Amino acid sequence: MSTRLATGGRLLDRRRPMDFTFNGKRLRGYAGDTLASALLGQGQVLVGRSFKYHRPRGLVASGAEEPNALVNLGRGARLEPNQRATTTELFDGLTATSQNHWPSLEFDVGAVNARLSRFLPAGFYYKMFIHPRPLWKYVYEPFIRHSAGLGKAPTEADPDTYEQFHAHVGLLIVGGGISGLQAALAAGQAGKHVMLVEQTAHWGGRAPVDGVTIDGMPADDWVKNTVEALENMPNVVLRTRAMGAGVYDHGFVTVYERLTDHAPEAEGPRHRLWHIRAGHVVLASGAIERPLSFAGNDIPGVMLASAVRDYVENWGVSCGDRTVVVTNNDDAYRTALALRHAGLEVVAIVDARTTPDGPLLREARDLGIRVLTGKGIGAAKGGKSLESVTICAQAGEGAPLEEIACDCVAMSGGWSPVVHLWSHTGGKLTWDAERCFFRPDPTRAPTGADGQPSVTIAGTANGHLRSAEALCDTAEAMTAILGSDIQAAEAQDADEGPLVPVWLMPQGAGLPLRQKMWLDYQNDVKVSDVQLAAREGYESVEHTKRYTTLGMATDQGKLSNINGLATLSQALGKDIPKVGTTTFRPPYTPISMGSIAAEARGEIFQPLRKTPLHDWHADRGAYWEPVGHWRRPYCFPRDGESHADAVAREINATRQGVGLLDTSTLGKIVVKGPDAGRFMDLLYTNMMSTLPVGRCRYGLMCSENGFLMDDGVVARLDDDTWLCHTTTGGADRIHAHMEDWLQCEWWDFKVFTANLTEQYAQIAVVGPKAREVLEKLGGTGLSAEEFKFMDWRETTLADIPARIFRISFSGELSFEVAVPAGRGRALWDALLEAGAAFGITPYGTEALHVMRAEKGFIMIGDETDGTIIPQDLGLGWAISKKKDDYIGKRAQMRSHMADPDRWQLVGLETLDGSVLPDGSYAIAKGKTANGQRNTQGRVTSTYHSPTIGRGIAMGLVLHGPDRMDEVLEFNTVDGPTVKARIVSPVFYDPEGAKQNV
Amino acid sequence: MLTFECPYCGVQADETELSPGGEAHLTRHGPESSDEAFEGYLFLRENPRGVHFERWRHSFGCGKWFLAARCTMTLEVFGTYAAQTTEPPQDILDKITGRRPGWRRLG
Repeated sequence: MSTRLATGGRLLDRRRPMDFTFNGKRLRGYAGDTLASALLGQGQVLVGRSFKYHRPRGLVASGAEEPNALVNLGRGARLEPNQRATTTELFDGLTATSQNHWPSLEFDVGAVNARLSRFLPAGFYYKMFIHPRPLWKYVYEPFIRHSAGLGKAPTEADPDTYEQFHAHVGLLIVGGGISGLQAALAAGQAGKHVMLVEQTAHWGGRAPVDGVTIDGMPADDWVKNTVEALENMPNVVLRTRAMGAGVYDHGFVTVYERLTDHAPEAEGPRHRLWHIRAGHVVLASGAIERPLSFAGNDIPGVMLASAVRDYVENWGVSCGDRTVVVTNNDDAYRTALALRHAGLEVVAIVDARTTPDGPLLREARDLGIRVLTGKGIGAAKGGKSLESVTICAQAGEGAPLEEIACDCVAMSGGWSPVVHLWSHTGGKLTWDAERCFFRPDPTRAPTGADGQPSVTIAGTANGHLRSAEALCDTAEAMTAILGSDIQAAEAQDADEGPLVPVWLMPQGAGLPLRQKMWLDYQNDVKVSDVQLAAREGYESVEHTKRYTTLGMATDQGKLSNINGLATLSQALGKDIPKVGTTTFRPPYTPISMGSIAAEARGEIFQPLRKTPLHDWHADRGAYWEPVGHWRRPYCFPRDGESHADAVAREINATRQGVGLLDTSTLGKIVVKGPDAGRFMDLLYTNMMSTLPVGRCRYGLMCSENGFLMDDGVVARLDDDTWLCHTTTGGADRIHAHMEDWLQCEWWDFKVFTANLTEQYAQIAVVGPKAREVLEKLGGTGLSAEEFKFMDWRETTLADIPARIFRISFSGELSFEVAVPAGRGRALWDALLEAGAAFGITPYGTEALHVMRAEKGFIMIGDETDGTIIPQDLGLGWAISKKKDDYIGKRAQMRSHMADPDRWQLVGLETLDGSVLPDGSYAIAKGKTANGQRNTQGRVTSTYHSPTIGRGIAMGLVLHGPDRMDEVLEFNTVDGPTVKARIVSPVFYDPEGAKQNV
Repeated sequence: MLTFECPYCGVQADETELSPGGEAHLTRHGPESSDEAFEGYLFLRENPRGVHFERWRHSFGCGKWFLAARCTMTLEVFGTYAAQTTEPPQDILDKITGRRPGWRRLG
């Protein structure tokens, strides 16, 4: 069992005890603890259950690579699942619960899976849940959903705030160990703008734990001095609790800073995601120790040797009373020595090497520690905690030579440089056969915009595991970056002999042992699973990963990947570099969704565009419809009124009296210049250059592919100026479209465009009483003779300078009045007052839609979907035959565009008066090759028309205009079909008598 | 997350303030063109693994379109230049052949 030692712990402040709870149990730790060290300090070895077999799981590591100790952290709205205990700093009042068990951590029903593990091999889900097909929806999927996922999702909105910072730095250094510090010092002294980030709360990395001496002083002192020097440099930014999350193209790096996780009561945002553009990136990201694959290596109490050493040195925690160290390298001896110096018992060092030698080994022997060479662990025994290990010959099959009682195993299979960030943006790796790890290939570094290496990796991360070598390597790297000779700080640490690769312990282990050797602790992937995958034909490491789920857990295989691919390469009989690695993807460890969203949530998720009349609409209880970034009133329901009732009332009031619509969102783009007419003729399918000044024309715009992309009324303002109205959603897109053609194709045209959409408030005054309302506001000369349909003029209304367009999208007498945006509300108020006697009624977008459908007017996005040409919609009249060219003309000449079988626009009237379902299809005889019914048309717009008192619809139908009065059947969702008759799309006032008054 | 220098405003622009516009130096084929010529103009693109000429717009900056020469593999940028250019400028071609000896422009 683990416990807190009476003394020791370089990060611990024993004067500041802190209370926390784990599964409701009140426990105590100290300032400087992580949740992991505090749990171990209180004897809590068992911390969770594995994902698949619900095996008991204890702490394995002491840092970001920890696969097991994932907990639910916090309560209520602050509950967060899958938080690593090893990277969670302890604070007073911390609440944590363990995950993936029922009913309790100690007794878990799901553990029955472990007994069934023989029947749950690699690819189990793929093999099991494929047949019979009908079971998937009702049996398999609900079952898998129930078992899926670790931890609990919070059910309340996150109350914390998050933010993002954008920064440009000359040199970004990731990793605050001795290499990162030395790099920062050199660059800082050279006057570079430096940012140094460290994922933990402490500078110095592993060197202080490993007892290294630098420049003649203990590493801790050197680190302290260096950090002090850096803090005094104005050109250096230092950040702890800031992880380099991802390295991207052209020097873009994301850094995830945890501001208040360790002090939840503190003010300010919880996390900060830095978006950094770095002139150059130096990675000093260190290395991670690898586990060894022996039977029972997942039993709580089996830990990484470096972690056992960390817990003793950093937090004064003993991970067990009787520790067995098992290793294939010299570094693990440091753990034995550290434990012995702390007064703890190291029962044996089991070294897989036959003839190891070196100063560390000699020191261990001198201290009287029993060293067994050429041996391995045959099996670790225990349930929820480790009880003993059997010792066997590494060269053999695992026959026990002796059994050693122990409650902790400190294992080391060697180290792997942290090359994740190097690989994110294309840095390549090379297999170092001598030292048994993938290290960065300096000849194939990630490159930047200039084609030169944009990332340098230095120190341990570059494969130089010993401190002295790491500092020399860093100095060399900085010399190259800074162009001046950088002296390495001089480190002294013990010499180490070579390691031997051990991928299986013992090397001849049979299947029963291999079935108990864990590679991936979190996802329960064992040596036998990877070997099975290889036998079943999985040769690619990427496929094996997905088939077995190796490395797919939240730790992304930090401990398991190298061991897994070594196992795969042995099973395939290939060299490790031939098998390769899986892809390293950002982020390095999971980052919070909050930091990704940052401020963009709730009301400020995205910018909201408001018309000058927005506040009036809001005050009148408008029911909003999002249109692009705008909010437009869908309708203005009165007390107790349904939306449908409100829409009907608004339409009736408009058609019988006068209505008012806020059309300010419509795009208003001015096209001006000596060549504007030429340009307008190319932009629109109609002839626009001949439009007289003072007149308006409805125009269509197509893409170069011939498809209808936007429509609207164009007004000619003067000789060389046209005003183009676009759809609400199209304004920015169409302006960009115009600029594209002007800048990139017809750059010799003398034309300017300006998007004036937000400069004007525009109000449609619609209905038989519209003219009288305007006349009450001082409008003159508005009679049918003086101001014809499709005229526009400049005038003054209610003492406001205004442009009035006599255009109609409703079929009624209608005037659209544009005034400067700042005067929009004044005009609106004046119109309401002047129209009060006529029952003037503001209406919303739904009334607008219904009225335009009653008149058979198309709507971009309803009748069009990017595959529709004007000719499909009966709009051939708006396509000039006289013009040599317009955008889309050539495309419309293609055979498919002229195909008489293209579906054509018609009106549809249900026989029973009901409203056709939107998007429903007209059924034709026979079936397709897929067994689906053939179709001969579809509904594009469908509404209840209060004017006509029945359902009306528009649709595209095969040979539709030639099939008037024919009755078609339309499908419904899961219901019977609906019969509808093909009619003219103009349901209301086909002669236009209403609008031409 | 690429960066390009906008040749108009001189800003080293981040990808988030730019919009891509596909292959550069296409010749427009209008109503008089053959089916083959029009197909080539509207649909057929080089999509090279390597040096590529592209259209970009500084949408959230000065609003100007410009052209860029870059490597689609390494994302190396050889230069940016005005959109009102029918052929890549010689200095950019020289830079590309300097960095990619033996490179020949496709199409």
